[in-house]
Amino acid sequence: MSTRAVEAWTLEPLVKFVKEAGARLVLLMTSAGQVLAQHGFSRAVDVMAASALGAAIMASTEQIARELAQPPFAALNHQGQRQGIFLAAVPTGRGRLVALVVYDLDASSVGLVQLFFEQLAADLQAASPKDSGPKQVLAADFERELGDSLNTLFGR
Amino acid sequence: MTTAPAGYGRALDLVTRVRGVRGAMLVSGEDGLIVAEQLMEGIKGAAVAALAASLANRLGRAMEAAGVGASLFWHLQAQAGALLVVGAPSGILVVAITEPDVNVGLVRLELLRAAAVAG
Repeated sequence: MSTRAVEAWTLEPLVKFVKEAGARLVLLMTSAGQVLAQHGFSRAVDVMAASALGAAIMASTEQIARELAQPPFAALNHQGQRQGIFLAAVPTGRGRLVALVVYDLDASSVGLVQLFFEQLAADLQAASPKDSGPKQVLAADFERELGDSLNTLFGR
Repeated sequence: MTTAPAGYGRALDLVTRVRGVRGAMLVSGEDGLIVAEQLMEGIKGAAVAALAASLANRLGRAMEAAGVGASLFWHLQAQAGALLVVGAPSGILVVAITEPDVNVGLVRLELLRAAAVAG
């Protein structure tokens, strides 16, 4: 399984996290769903779908928290029979990122993912460029940016 | 020491009253999360729970592969202490963290009793 990054500073923390937590698939993206790094995906269309859905879920839970007059939820875990999904935000110098982790229950657990996610968050925080906020993508550049990102993520 | 939810506290008391035990936890074997804990300050409960559950899972598979049946008790001895674990039929793991010179036989006995209480 390959790990690839659009922004190089995310690669080492992500590779370490995947190895330690036993994650099957990981996406690291902005709150808007712009993907910075991925592990385990083999098709661009899957990355696009997962990032859009992950960003939408985060937006929904943030709104629920707002309705409850609470700070945003730290993480969301949804467990099925054989796999689980873990979704959480990571504050970095590059802005607030979102991590989507899919793990197999026979190889990992929510406890392990949570444990090593804390380390991932710390590693990303330490590795992130300190003086840059989230890069704005203009509508006119969106398709080219998306194409470039997917090409990088899939080594084309 | 931290407190445990009502009902499980009694199971943990059985273990932590043994001299040399630094803490005990009930851990969900399936997801590696703490169900209840009584730990001394400085022990990273969440980390121990997640890693112990992962190890229990893998040891269980090794036992099965070796054809020796389910794992009943395991004891990992380190320089500065030991980790002792017993699985309850419900999938809960009873975990004890001890000093190196603890009476292992007594801790094992109390872990088995705690597992019976935890279900």
